[in-house]
Amino acid sequence: MKRPAPRLITSSPPHLLMPLAALALVLLYDALTIPGFFHVEMRDGHLFGSLVDILNRGAPVLLLALGMTLVLSTGGVDLSVGAVMAITGAMAAGLIARPEGFVLAGLDLHGSAPAIVAVSLVAGLAAGLFNGALVAFADVQPIVATLILMVAGRGVAQLLTAGQIITFEHPGFQFLGSGFVAGLPFPVTVAVAMFLVTAALSRGTALGLFVEAVGDNPTASRFAGVNARMVKLLVYGFCGLCAGIAGLIGTADIKAADANNAGLYMELDAILAAAIGGTSLSGGRFYLSGTLVGALLLQTLTTTILTKGVPPVLTLVVKAAVVVAVCLLQSPKFRSVAGRRFRREAT
Amino acid sequence: MRRPPSQPSPSASRKGKEPLRFLNRSTFPFAATVLVFVLLYVAASLHYTGFSRPQVFLNLLADNAFVGVAAVGLTFVILTGGIDLSVGSAVGCGSIIIATLVEKQHVHPVIAILLVLAMGTTVGSGMGALIRYFDLPPFLVTLAGLFLYRGIGLLVSMESVSIMHPLFARLSMAGVPLGDAGSLQLSAIVFLLVVAVGIYLSRHTTFGRVTYAIGGSEQSALLMGLPVGRTKMGVYALSGFCSALASVVYAVYTSAGNANAGTGLELDAIAAVVVGGTLLSGGTGYVAGTLVGVLIFGVIQTAITFQGTLSSWWTKIAAGTLLLLFILLQRAMHRRAR
Amino acid sequence: MRGIRRAFPGVVALDGVDFTLRSGEVHALMGENGAGKSTLVKVLTGVHPRDAGEVRLNGSLIHPASPQDAQALGISTVYQEVNLIPGLSVAENIMLGRLPRRWGRIDWGAVNRRAEVAMGRLGLDLDVTQPVGSCSIAIQQMTAIARALDVQAKALILDEPTSSLDAQEAQNLFSVIRKLRDEGLGIVFITHFLGQVYDIADRITVLRNGKLVGEYETASLPRLELVARMMGRDPDEVAALESARPADAAKAEERKPFLSVRGLGRRGSIRPFDLDVAQGEVVGLAGLLGSGRTEAARLLFGADRAETGSVTAGGRSGAPGSCREAIAWGLGFCPEDRKAEGIVPNLSVRENIALALQARRGVLRRLSRKQQTEIADRYIRELNIVTPDAETPIRSLSGGNQQKALLARWLAADPRLLILDEPTRGIDVGAKFEVAKAIEELRAAGMAILFISSELEEVVRSCGRVAVLRDREKIGELAGPDVSAQGIMATIAGSQPKGSTEAEVRL
Repeated sequence: MKRPAPRLITSSPPHLLMPLAALALVLLYDALTIPGFFHVEMRDGHLFGSLVDILNRGAPVLLLALGMTLVLSTGGVDLSVGAVMAITGAMAAGLIARPEGFVLAGLDLHGSAPAIVAVSLVAGLAAGLFNGALVAFADVQPIVATLILMVAGRGVAQLLTAGQIITFEHPGFQFLGSGFVAGLPFPVTVAVAMFLVTAALSRGTALGLFVEAVGDNPTASRFAGVNARMVKLLVYGFCGLCAGIAGLIGTADIKAADANNAGLYMELDAILAAAIGGTSLSGGRFYLSGTLVGALLLQTLTTTILTKGVPPVLTLVVKAAVVVAVCLLQSPKFRSVAGRRFRREAT
Repeated sequence: MRRPPSQPSPSASRKGKEPLRFLNRSTFPFAATVLVFVLLYVAASLHYTGFSRPQVFLNLLADNAFVGVAAVGLTFVILTGGIDLSVGSAVGCGSIIIATLVEKQHVHPVIAILLVLAMGTTVGSGMGALIRYFDLPPFLVTLAGLFLYRGIGLLVSMESVSIMHPLFARLSMAGVPLGDAGSLQLSAIVFLLVVAVGIYLSRHTTFGRVTYAIGGSEQSALLMGLPVGRTKMGVYALSGFCSALASVVYAVYTSAGNANAGTGLELDAIAAVVVGGTLLSGGTGYVAGTLVGVLIFGVIQTAITFQGTLSSWWTKIAAGTLLLLFILLQRAMHRRAR
Repeated sequence: MRGIRRAFPGVVALDGVDFTLRSGEVHALMGENGAGKSTLVKVLTGVHPRDAGEVRLNGSLIHPASPQDAQALGISTVYQEVNLIPGLSVAENIMLGRLPRRWGRIDWGAVNRRAEVAMGRLGLDLDVTQPVGSCSIAIQQMTAIARALDVQAKALILDEPTSSLDAQEAQNLFSVIRKLRDEGLGIVFITHFLGQVYDIADRITVLRNGKLVGEYETASLPRLELVARMMGRDPDEVAALESARPADAAKAEERKPFLSVRGLGRRGSIRPFDLDVAQGEVVGLAGLLGSGRTEAARLLFGADRAETGSVTAGGRSGAPGSCREAIAWGLGFCPEDRKAEGIVPNLSVRENIALALQARRGVLRRLSRKQQTEIADRYIRELNIVTPDAETPIRSLSGGNQQKALLARWLAADPRLLILDEPTRGIDVGAKFEVAKAIEELRAAGMAILFISSELEEVVRSCGRVAVLRDREKIGELAGPDVSAQGIMATIAGSQPKGSTEAEVRL
């Protein structure tokens, strides 16, 4: 049962108001307490500064969150994105640093960066389609279905890296993590491009409408003739692809594949970014612009904590609090209780 | 599907046991689990010399005790149809708190252990309260718990802390000698005790039965006038207590506290529960199945160690594959039942 | 119960209803959807508080505040959907919540013994340790009754206990009910099966639109009169009723047949039935609630998978395996439960209207925002949908306007056969008129329409032919001049009206 949201949250533009206000607050705090926080300078034709850093670090979270937003909107969730990041990262690193095994398997890319990226992304897409098949065709609950890959995915990644942290040097591939395009870090460019692609994919076709319809009322969508299985398969596949791109950026950035820690707990950041942006965790409407703001807010929080010299692990505690806060704000039961109390105090 | 219409009195279900009658919808996954364990154990024993030694089996219990203890608590949560993702980082957080209290603050180990157990139960109850009163999705609430535990643990100490206190040394060496078979370590004893208490709770108390009822049909349980809310909170408190106890077992077992301990343990525990025959949708399953589930993964891990050439990641892949198989099995049975 | 009144925001669900249950009787509570049966039961069992009136049990006033409270007073209920826990044993389902304990632990021996006694009272001897989920529906029903009886029950309310039982199982249940009645229990029996009322009930109370129609001795209330009472007619009036007929109703043979159904059926849903619908024809499905109207429509539309029979439509034949397949054949379906199965609540009116057409076009051929708005605006105008604009979330519209938007959804998708399941339920008179007008226009434009409604006037006014259903099977078909309220009611009641097309009745 959906209740009308309290006015505070629904006034227009409904989904962006709260996260934008929160983002502004955090930025204001930074401006007041961290000297030079807003300082951006040009060095060798590249932009540097805390803000650029936030964009750069926030890119992988945003990438994950884009796919996650669509998945959440269908009423599902993908817990495996972190593991999928590890898989694609390990795949790329393996192809660069230890191509012998792949060559034996008939895969000889001659160290070509585009080919390595393409092959790794196919792996990410395949992982997403695997999740999608379980959810759409085997009717497994999304949490459970994606849990499988969350468990086994890191094993697969370790298998690819033979359990070691593979380091590599490959200027072409490293560009993905540390290159610059038009003064901006390349990850930012990729994230912006994927944001546009996601928007085009969901709003330029009927996919967005179908996703929202399936998540909001599955039965009504079925009766209207929406092919829910196909929609879910596509969306999980896309989520896997997004996670794959994020994994490649992460790997290229540190010039190494760490199967154990790549993307660890990133699934929560992705879910949080989407939820902060107003996408319902129980399915229905999704807001890509909200997800963008949500991802930026999360990264700004993290960067703030890091810059303030507070122990970085405090971000974990802060995020725990944000999760609960966002959940409570979305909970109809909490809203009705809080609303009642508010009204009682007002009278 | 319904039975044929000609069933004035239920002749097919009249008293008297038919062969294999014990194999019904709820016992079948459990039977499959036991079969898988026996097959794996026999195969490993035939393949690797020395695998069949009793001490290897006893070590299975001891080495997996902390996973197992957490998994028993998790079984109750999953039986209600919920999930608890915080158990892994609770182990890390608890162990580092014990180690720091004992080594840095010179608190008596017993008091430190009691404090950690109280903390686990409290955090578990808190998560349960959010789920009970505000209908929040359990996986998100407990994910927040995961972060909270991990964050607090790392705030306490980023480094691993060794516990030198003589009591811990004595505890970690303690065990019951079983003659030629070797000895049963204290951690294994705790594990078996927790399993026994878990079985008792689930079989012989109203709390346990209501746990099953909620997972079977929360709506019906409410209409039957059962204490649904209280029990829901109770299972998360129980899971919190069990994961805190698991952190104690871990601290004793390794004689150290480490905030990063138990990373991914929640997944191992969930996998053990599911492979143990408990439906993730709730309502059916056995605490004893969780014991067998833990042992299955233990056997796989031990076999991989015996093999020597296989690497540890095969454990994860095997866990994922088993999980996939059991979930598909559950789906198939669910579909047939409809 | 005297003068019971219960109002919900906007609706008076019960208005001054009296109800008397004596011990040792089976009392049937009858009425169509929205009559107030379930509200009455919920007031009696403490689910809803009452706004006015009094409830007396053995002469003393009672105020049950919850189902548990009512049960403690001796009023037990067995709900339509059997509320049991499938994974637990029969014994546990009977005893849960009051499990006997010894030294703190549950005494399973006592649990099973008591459960066996409780089932024995119902004349059943079975292994009470088996999981209830593996038992037949009939046994589950008995388990639920045993649970309700285990406390000292004085009154037992059975809410549609037979809806999932076959004839034999229902007879077994009846012998148990009679046994309990003879033990002095008062039993309230709610059902949609007319035949069963005459099998088992001593007295009948009929409700309609939240008001008491009357209380009758079963023996003195002929079936036809019962049907008339439930449908809100004076039986004398029925005979005099002039039915307004569409002028061209008799010319069905001349039209091109579009849909042809042969032997379509599914266990527990509806027995195999035949049906033909031609282009430009409105065929009605009439019958009381629970007679299988919706079930028939769901099978046709592929929402449930048929076990027998086939459908021929648009030159293709087979049994539709999914809604998408049915839509591809040219079918459309406005479901009965608007909220749960019709609207997509948080999406706008525009998106809701465009959904079926878009689904038909597929993901890639997206209707532009402009096209969607044009379509939405057109139907908002044509069907007179009252909404601030096309971008308003559909959940904030009134029921009638939601219904018109759903109609618009299908009109936009342009099916060749449209199934309308209770399109006028719960909407105001103006909206009803507009829906009826739209149906007539569509028919004139050559669409085939299958029209399901509880409102006899609507069926009679709109349909050239009416298939009549009762107790989950098609029992007859009326065409041309036979389509009248009286004819339909007589068919439902089981007597054959003059000139009925007996040949078409297939059982």
